[in-house]
Amino acid sequence: MNAHVKFSTAEQSALLEQELAGRFPDARGRFGPYGGRYVPETLIPALERLEAGMREHLHRADFQAELTDQLRHWVGRPTALSYAPRLSAAWGASIWFKREDLAHTGAHKINNALGQALLAQRLGARRIVAETGAGQHGVASAAACARLGLPCTVYMGAIDMERQAPNVGRMRLLGAEVVPVTGGDQTLRAAIDEALRDWVADPDGTFYLLGSAVGPHPYPFLVRELQAIIGREARAQFIERQGGLPDAVFACVGGGSNSIGMFHAFVPDTSVAIIGIEAGGRGSGLGENAASLSYGWPGVLQGCYSLLLQDENGQIHETDSISAGLDYPGVGPEHALLLAAGRVRYESATDSEALAALQECSRLEGILPALETAHALHGAKRWAKENTGKTAILCMSGRGDKDMPTLQRTLLAGNASSTSVHAGAKP
Amino acid sequence: MKPHARLSSAIRAAVDRGEPALVAFMTAGFPQIDKFAEHLHAVASVADVVEIGVPFTDPMADGMTIQRSSQAALKQGVSLKWILGELATMQRPEAPLVLMSYLNPLLQYGYARLAQDAAAAGVCGFIVPDLPFDEGDEFRAALAKEGVALVQMVTPVTTPERLARVCAASEGFVYAVTMTGTTGKSVTVPDEVLQYLARVKAVSPVPVCAGFGIRSAEQVERLRGHVEGVVVGSALVEVLERGEDAATWLRSLRAG
Repeated sequence: MNAHVKFSTAEQSALLEQELAGRFPDARGRFGPYGGRYVPETLIPALERLEAGMREHLHRADFQAELTDQLRHWVGRPTALSYAPRLSAAWGASIWFKREDLAHTGAHKINNALGQALLAQRLGARRIVAETGAGQHGVASAAACARLGLPCTVYMGAIDMERQAPNVGRMRLLGAEVVPVTGGDQTLRAAIDEALRDWVADPDGTFYLLGSAVGPHPYPFLVRELQAIIGREARAQFIERQGGLPDAVFACVGGGSNSIGMFHAFVPDTSVAIIGIEAGGRGSGLGENAASLSYGWPGVLQGCYSLLLQDENGQIHETDSISAGLDYPGVGPEHALLLAAGRVRYESATDSEALAALQECSRLEGILPALETAHALHGAKRWAKENTGKTAILCMSGRGDKDMPTLQRTLLAGNASSTSVHAGAKP
Repeated sequence: MKPHARLSSAIRAAVDRGEPALVAFMTAGFPQIDKFAEHLHAVASVADVVEIGVPFTDPMADGMTIQRSSQAALKQGVSLKWILGELATMQRPEAPLVLMSYLNPLLQYGYARLAQDAAAAGVCGFIVPDLPFDEGDEFRAALAKEGVALVQMVTPVTTPERLARVCAASEGFVYAVTMTGTTGKSVTVPDEVLQYLARVKAVSPVPVCAGFGIRSAEQVERLRGHVEGVVVGSALVEVLERGEDAATWLRSLRAG
């Protein structure tokens, strides 16, 4: 439990009650104490228009029909729920995968990118800007924009462009302009800053397609609504196959989009343990990881009040993770709420634990998971050893092809069985 | 006189002299941390108000120049605590001082203590680019206890109802952003901007200062009579970065 997050039992149950009653985000865009809209004045009208447009279209039958049709016939939903027999045998608990890696473009990111691009089209946007860390959201945005005929510009940190090189090429082939970000920490955080600057310059014609459950209201809500299909499908599929609920669900947490999508349907199921796994990097010290729910404290970054990895002067700290998609010093406000309410447990997995889990899953299940997902795999493994015979669903948030440059430098370098190598991707 | 009133009257005094007030921005401790006082005095010898930038790792409303100056200042160890300590102990210039900071450093310092320490260090107001009016109640209340202004920003895309609401709550001055975009890009001042500034002036009980993209005497001259003050930021930071004399350059803005 994060020592900076202290809520009494009474406060916890009040927060959970309101979350379950669907009262969050409230009128001010808050999930309990977290969230809000901390942006330059220039963006306020754009966010108000986005919120109004979202409320008008998102749950309307014609929008949902179009979204559902594209999800089924273009994305390939529903994605499979796969039992993992050999990992289950090795770990001692029954492990199931919700296969977002099988969704078009190879990760859950497409659920959100497609939904927001459809919304942008309805709101009359002339162009789309997006940020990307691992490149999956950039690829998903580029694909969705190509599908809908919208011009797309993707900002990506220079370090991420190097460690996720295959995705840079994919985005360009899909017609997107990829702009390297050399300022700031040159990773996801700097890419978001730069996308915000682009949006500030043209708040009327540009639609910012934010890829994670972070940022100013209404993004954390919008992204959760578009990703919640993961958990809804998984829950229904599991009940159909097994006749009941799992004992636990797992997902990796960076900004927190696949995890909030996976968790949301299970939050009311009090018998189900919900466990999010953050990037533990090289250790627990400031700057050695990207685990803001485990080690951070409240602050404001990129439009949102949530838990942050920062120093005592309020400067945002650089993070470290082998996984570009988890390498972010903040986290979505609804995760901060679920931590405060005591409903979700957040743990972390280190770089080498994630690499070992990736190796194990690849060899035993024939699935090469994304490095992000590998963190959740380690968390599930740790849990399985203490919960023999129980069942868990893990969100297989993406496929690992994009991580080949990193895997060449680590698992595949020299001794193929070695897992104690740090990626060392940052200078 | 309360700090926020010092701010308004310094701006009005320039207007009474027949020229728009110069609000000059410098990043604290940039380019050299040990020349902070020297640069501050040089800037304040010409400027009517000095806006001191508190560096932040993620200046999302700023262009390349201020991103660069912020990073350089952070690297030298500049923090809000350091800035307030320096201001509290140095011989301060007469021109009123305003701190420009993103919200998180202020939040971590603690609003109540910050308001007290800022007032004690001669700070008359705060400009917080990522604190829109709707999220500002708590900080505004803490500053009000010390008579320190929370300067509100308005932009060309701010709706009329919102403009009225934001201006009504403003103290010190209203910061009218002249364009959508980040700081530092040079812009012409088209007629639409003058019309927008007239709308702001019509509803603002405090002086209106225009900023974002002001770099030349021609722009300052064009704004004369339309606003009470102009804010120069990135261009001045670049002057300091090149090691040129801040006072000479600021004087040249008034030559138009």
